Amino acid sequence: MSPENKTMSSNTLSEVIDRSEYRSLLSRITSHQTFWVFVAALLACIALSLLTDTFATDRNLFNVSRNFAFVGIIALGMTAVIASGGIDLSVGSTVVLSAMVVAVLMSSGMPIWIGVPAALLAAMLVGLANGILIAYAGMPPFVVTLGGLSVVRSLGMVLSDNKMIYEFGPDTAMLLALGGGATLGLPNPLIVLGVLAGITGFLFKWTRWGQHLFAMGGNEQAAKLTGIPVMRLKVSVYMFSALMAGITGVLEVGWLGGVTTNLGQAMELSVIAAAVIGGANLAGGVGTAFGAIVGALLIEVIRNSLILLGISTFWQGAFVGSFIVIAVAFDRFRSARSSD
Amino acid sequence: MSALRLDNISKHFGAIHALTDVSLSIEPGEVVGLMGDNGAGKSTLVKVIAGNFAPTSGEIHIGGTRANFHRPIDAQRAGIEVVYQDLAICNNLSAASNVFLGRELTRQFGPFRVLDYAGMRVRAGELFKRLKSETRPRDLVKRMSGGQRQAVAIARTLLSDARIVLMDEPTAAISVRQVAEVLNLIRQLSDHGIAVVLISHRMPDVFQVADRIAVLRRGRLVASKRAADSSPEEVTGLITGAIELA
Ligand SMILES: Nc1ncnc2c1ncn2[C@@H]1O[C@H](COP(=O)(O)OP(=O)(O)OP(=O)(O)O)[C@@H](O)[C@H]1O
Ligand SMILES: [Mg+2]
Repeated sequence: MSPENKTMSSNTLSEVIDRSEYRSLLSRITSHQTFWVFVAALLACIALSLLTDTFATDRNLFNVSRNFAFVGIIALGMTAVIASGGIDLSVGSTVVLSAMVVAVLMSSGMPIWIGVPAALLAAMLVGLANGILIAYAGMPPFVVTLGGLSVVRSLGMVLSDNKMIYEFGPDTAMLLALGGGATLGLPNPLIVLGVLAGITGFLFKWTRWGQHLFAMGGNEQAAKLTGIPVMRLKVSVYMFSALMAGITGVLEVGWLGGVTTNLGQAMELSVIAAAVIGGANLAGGVGTAFGAIVGALLIEVIRNSLILLGISTFWQGAFVGSFIVIAVAFDRFRSARSSD
Repeated sequence: MSALRLDNISKHFGAIHALTDVSLSIEPGEVVGLMGDNGAGKSTLVKVIAGNFAPTSGEIHIGGTRANFHRPIDAQRAGIEVVYQDLAICNNLSAASNVFLGRELTRQFGPFRVLDYAGMRVRAGELFKRLKSETRPRDLVKRMSGGQRQAVAIARTLLSDARIVLMDEPTAAISVRQVAEVLNLIRQLSDHGIAVVLISHRMPDVFQVADRIAVLRRGRLVASKRAADSSPEEVTGLITGAIELA
């Protein structure tokens, strides 16, 4: 009752509304969680540069930015899934599957232009399977992708016979350069992240696909009633997420110079944390590409700081986990306050 | 010519006869208040007209031509729009985006088709003005009053050239002031020559806005008469069965 009254009484006070609608750009920016997360990441960077003499070294920054890029790319896909009202726990396993496909194919002598597309295709098939089970069989995303997490990693192991692969045939140099190299001084994964973030942001904001995705996340019943093809849309969202994981898999092989089957293990947690910290709402309907990146940045900076400050890496999980909980609690708190 | 004519519509769900031989015709611009007890078949009738259910038997005529709806989209193409009980609105989107949901305007941008936000805002603004509603296209639906949300749902029906708007209990969950707002919206639709079927349990609302009252009891149409010739007492009797037929 009371929120209605509030809106109604402010209706008559047109100035109040004018003020809220045409608020200054600054106040609009600062009201976003993304902004504050960005500030936090920035402060953490500054603090680390001052407190340690290892953070601001070229080598460390290069590593941080590359790790950040991997989490960030997948977080773009995860943000799409979360905003659509779902969750994708199978991304870490999809990373290893994609990496294994490209590695196995290329080590058997195939050229890179077969290996990479095949890896991306394999990843997208994972997304397709997830999507079909969720959309058409009506199964909960959590269950389907949890199953996927296990099945897909197992496929990766079968594919490689659980051996490490570090020979990639005639195009080895190209593959290593793709993920491990730099262009114009920037690590390639970082550039890929930038491009994909631009594309994702564009898709979210300017296409019917994006509009429908957010509508579905906001109120799936409504989306269905207005004639949005909800089922197909869901499948496409999980395929998008899987494609992002697939791209990351290919890049990681190049960066690491070899693949083992524990690649991408527990990555889903960092990725979900990044998306949620970046403002994606687990209840659906909210999320931005920029937020995903900022969330990934904060996670990676914190992780790096733990290492540089000499804190045991055993603490990493505690941090990532608490971050998810804190971000969700923060969101709860805000929505509780606004519906008072 | 009637905007909508129903000839002997029946709808059975297995052994349940939700509708039996319902015949009714509605003129353009006419507002029909459809009343009846819980389970009388009101929602079922709306769903049959809107193409959600095929009738077990009987015919639907729209503007004089026989209609054969298999899916809701068929009915929508024939000019039938529905305002659902729960409004089918996305709280996280703006009013304009909600109005255009599923029918977004796009424009060419280089090789891409991108959403035409400006166009949708302008068009939605015009629709709200036509409905004499204060709703602003940019605002998030989340922050709106119940009446404004109704306006959003109703504006959507004006987007296409709707001839018939079906409203399932639009005033069930909103405050008194907002009810007045919704009744105004209904009058606006009627002024534009659109036939409106209003389902409501609230007698005063129906008598304020309806030209005609139709009463369903256990799936049968037991009355369809001018509101001016009836009274809340008579309608109550018809709903409960105290009065057999009128
Ligand atoms: N999909 C369905 N399958 C089986 N029975 C149904 C279905 N839809 C409705 N019915 C039955 O048809 C009858 C009429 O239901 P309907 O929803 O049309 O009533 P109503 O008049 O809208 O009631 P209310 O005022 O409670 O909304 C009820 O007995 C109901 O149980
Ligand atoms: Mg009903």
